[in-house]
Amino acid sequence: MSNSSDIKLVDAPEGVQGEGFFATKLDSVVGLARANSLWPLPFATSCCGIEFMATMASHYDVARFGSERMSFSPRQADMLLVMGTIAKKMAPILRQVYEQMSEPRWVIAVGACASSGGVFDTYSVLQGIDKVIPVDVYVPGCPPRPEQILEGIMSLQEIVKSESVRRRNSPEYKELLASYNIS
Amino acid sequence: MPLETTVIQDKLTDKFGNKVTGFIQQHDIFSFEVDSNSMNDVMRFLKEDETLRFNFLTDICGVHYPDFEKDRQLAVVYHMHNWMDNVRIRFKCFLNGDKPEVDTATNLFLGANWQERETYDFNGIIFKGHPQLKRILNMDEMESFPMRKEFPMEDGGRTDKDDRFFGRTTDNANNNLK
Repeated sequence: MSNSSDIKLVDAPEGVQGEGFFATKLDSVVGLARANSLWPLPFATSCCGIEFMATMASHYDVARFGSERMSFSPRQADMLLVMGTIAKKMAPILRQVYEQMSEPRWVIAVGACASSGGVFDTYSVLQGIDKVIPVDVYVPGCPPRPEQILEGIMSLQEIVKSESVRRRNSPEYKELLASYNIS
Repeated sequence: MPLETTVIQDKLTDKFGNKVTGFIQQHDIFSFEVDSNSMNDVMRFLKEDETLRFNFLTDICGVHYPDFEKDRQLAVVYHMHNWMDNVRIRFKCFLNGDKPEVDTATNLFLGANWQERETYDFNGIIFKGHPQLKRILNMDEMESFPMRKEFPMEDGGRTDKDDRFFGRTTDNANNNLK
């Protein structure tokens, strides 16, 4: 392991430390592991996708946050990033992609269009992806800068860290999915 | 010798009489109106006549004129192009607002297929004899024809806008997913 002072390690969760042992909650350990290896599924339909390409590339480097591997199969992805205008004709496809993701799964709506329809208040455009799938984090901007997308991913990491391992079995979560007719 | 608009007009008038009317040079394009029942015959003549040679169908689109009399509330606009003389023309067929039907042009130009589907999709104009007249760009479940003036452009499902400031009134009929 390098001794360079530039390397910043993730802080250990709260726990009890003694000689040769460290005790903490399973939730915290699992949350830590999940939060720092979120595999993104980029669903890029327009200009926000271009900003995400910059976010992935060397200058902004989303890999620093554990999202090195873009997953282009929904089945091996944790974090669905919806970037761009979603036409109503695209909505069932987006919904199918979300349904194909395995638990745990999170969604970030990047940009004004994915969050609310943006300037496209029109008959053909879905007025925010939260009309068809649940969303965890909304990133504002038209399009947002890569820093803002990273901020969104970091906000999601905070959610993931503090989430109970069993949250997905909770009545609230089941009720949320049922309200979207997703079983 | 380039193809003169007077030649086009004389040939059409000789052949079709009062089925072809309203000849006018609008800016740089020669335009006229065709009786909707004769559309296919006129287009075939424009395409196959040895002088006219309008070999290319550039575009088909629809227009809604809700303030016109009932028989002229919808129009189909055809643009044609003669590649040999590089001359373009445009003609309109006016249709009844309650029963907008016109013959298909797919028997003359295969490229008319998608253009007619688009015109059906947005204006609800029925092209008789079209091989597959269904929506092409909008979602299949849509019940409105969005380019008709009675349907609002905005989506009524929008929640973050205050209607008073954006001139929005009613929902776009049954157009919301959830």
